Amino acid sequence: MISRSWKLGATFHPMDFSKYIADHVREIPRSGIRDFFEVVQTMTDVISLGIGEPDYVTPWRIREAAIFAMERGKTGYTSNLGLPKLRHAVAKYIKRRCGVSYHPSTEVLISVGVSEALDLALRALLNPGDEVIFHEPSYVSYNPSVLLSRGKPVSVRTSSEHDFRVLAEDIERVITPHSKALLLSFPTNPTGAILRAEDLGPIAELCSLHDLIVLSDEIYCELVYDGTEHASIAALPGMKERTVLLNGCSKSYAMTGFRVGYACAPAPMIEAMMKIHQYAIMCASNMSQEAAIEALENCQKEVEIMRGDYERRRNYVVNRLNEIGLPCHTPKGTFYVFPEITSTGLNSTNFSLQLLRSKRVAVVPGSAFGASGEGFVRCCFATGFDRLKGAMDRIAEFVEEIGRR
Amino acid sequence: MLSCSGNLSESFWRETAWRVVASNAPKFTKHSFPFFLSRAIPKLKTQNSPSPMDPLLELLHQNANVQRADLAKLLNLSIEEIDRRIDQYEKERVILGYQAVLDSEKIDADAVTAFIEVSITPERGGGFDRLAERIARFDEVKSCWLMSGGYDLAILVEGGNLREIARFVSEKLSTVDGVISTATRFRLKTYKQNGMLLSQPANAERLSVSP
Repeated sequence: MISRSWKLGATFHPMDFSKYIADHVREIPRSGIRDFFEVVQTMTDVISLGIGEPDYVTPWRIREAAIFAMERGKTGYTSNLGLPKLRHAVAKYIKRRCGVSYHPSTEVLISVGVSEALDLALRALLNPGDEVIFHEPSYVSYNPSVLLSRGKPVSVRTSSEHDFRVLAEDIERVITPHSKALLLSFPTNPTGAILRAEDLGPIAELCSLHDLIVLSDEIYCELVYDGTEHASIAALPGMKERTVLLNGCSKSYAMTGFRVGYACAPAPMIEAMMKIHQYAIMCASNMSQEAAIEALENCQKEVEIMRGDYERRRNYVVNRLNEIGLPCHTPKGTFYVFPEITSTGLNSTNFSLQLLRSKRVAVVPGSAFGASGEGFVRCCFATGFDRLKGAMDRIAEFVEEIGRR
Repeated sequence: MLSCSGNLSESFWRETAWRVVASNAPKFTKHSFPFFLSRAIPKLKTQNSPSPMDPLLELLHQNANVQRADLAKLLNLSIEEIDRRIDQYEKERVILGYQAVLDSEKIDADAVTAFIEVSITPERGGGFDRLAERIARFDEVKSCWLMSGGYDLAILVEGGNLREIARFVSEKLSTVDGVISTATRFRLKTYKQNGMLLSQPANAERLSVSP
């Protein structure tokens, strides 16, 4: 027997697995960020402004809550929807932050990060060919997530002249009978744009008029500056009924590795998302959920401290970049600035690669966030002040050297 | 140290002290409300409405080493404005000084820190101030606070070795007129100093590029 199976094995030829990969998966290009990441990996002494997460370690009281949960043996599955106490905390938090009331037992679902919640929402909503409208430049996963759910992504450009806000008339232009949902993400990664209530009004009207579902990714809602209040589209009259509000703990509480996100939506939508979540994921990590309770209930002070710190670093970076000659609007939210680099004569990929090779500063080419991001780079200012200053000094040298060429 | 006491309302102090008085009433004559309070606490800026700390002070409190040009960029202010405010704070003694935070165990393994609880007799007219200031003037005394509770002054004393502290307590501190008793507690190990953990911060490995 043994020798026969060995012989059988020996007759196998190496097979080309890629032909077995589903067409719609194979056709999705690799993330531009990932290519870039692999170049950075081979270098030392790099100051990275290419990160998409806070530089803080999770506040100790949150980490301690996770440890305590493990000590108490909270290591099993939780309800598919998530710990009831956490769902209550989420409902209370969203009421306070966004001004919308959700029922914790039927309208809240805890997910493994917002990414999962978005995926669930798309899978729950889309029939093949349904169109999802989203604004660009925006988070790298929107376009592929829609494709993976067999939907058709339809992008709307935003531009620096409107502070990268998405305009209702631009959305209206791409609406077709197949349009099913509008994906909004404000404050926006990578542009730092926000929408105020007065910007949201016409968009909400448009959604009601054309019967669009709104998927609103508000993961950066705590990181808004200059005393601005975050405005949620779900809070507008008649919008809670057609909005899936997505949020999580990663950015607000520096909890990226805990993987806790959540969706708030009308009960039938949560029920549909729960079906997928239950079979694909089961539940979010138990101790992470315990940590999230501590974050949502008791960490507003930590959030304020981080926000103050980010705001000052933002001022510094915007001031420096404008001085250097890379025009940069002042982002009202997130921890990214999105300077324009066309004055250097380079496209965003070449700018980023040359900056990395010659000065060892990592930024992310704007084109990774959609075609309309070309001509810009994303710099994350969630990095200690000394490193931030070092990075700005290096960028200044780089731009000066290019000018002399 | 920057003072944050301006944020505490007078009623807070009165209430807190009241409770202390209630639980300790028979012990010392100083605890006869409200004369003690009105003398001991008058320096609190209770008339100021609680306002959030100037971000400039916050930044300097975190790291006094940041250059003024950088402070200006961080706060969207001119360098002149930064200079003006810092001068003002120094003049008003809101900023008392600038110091490096040291790990003293690495510099001198024999160095000793003691936390001494001191009971003193308050004086008519002056309360605790005169005695407290007299004690605070000793170079060995690094910090000195008036406390609520079972004793009056808490002082932090640093010395080159045990003997130095012993000599300070027996020859200087306890012989001061008005000092009733002292209780000296020695530091065994430091874990956190002025908000800084002494253990190496766990350098969480961050990805250098992420979405």
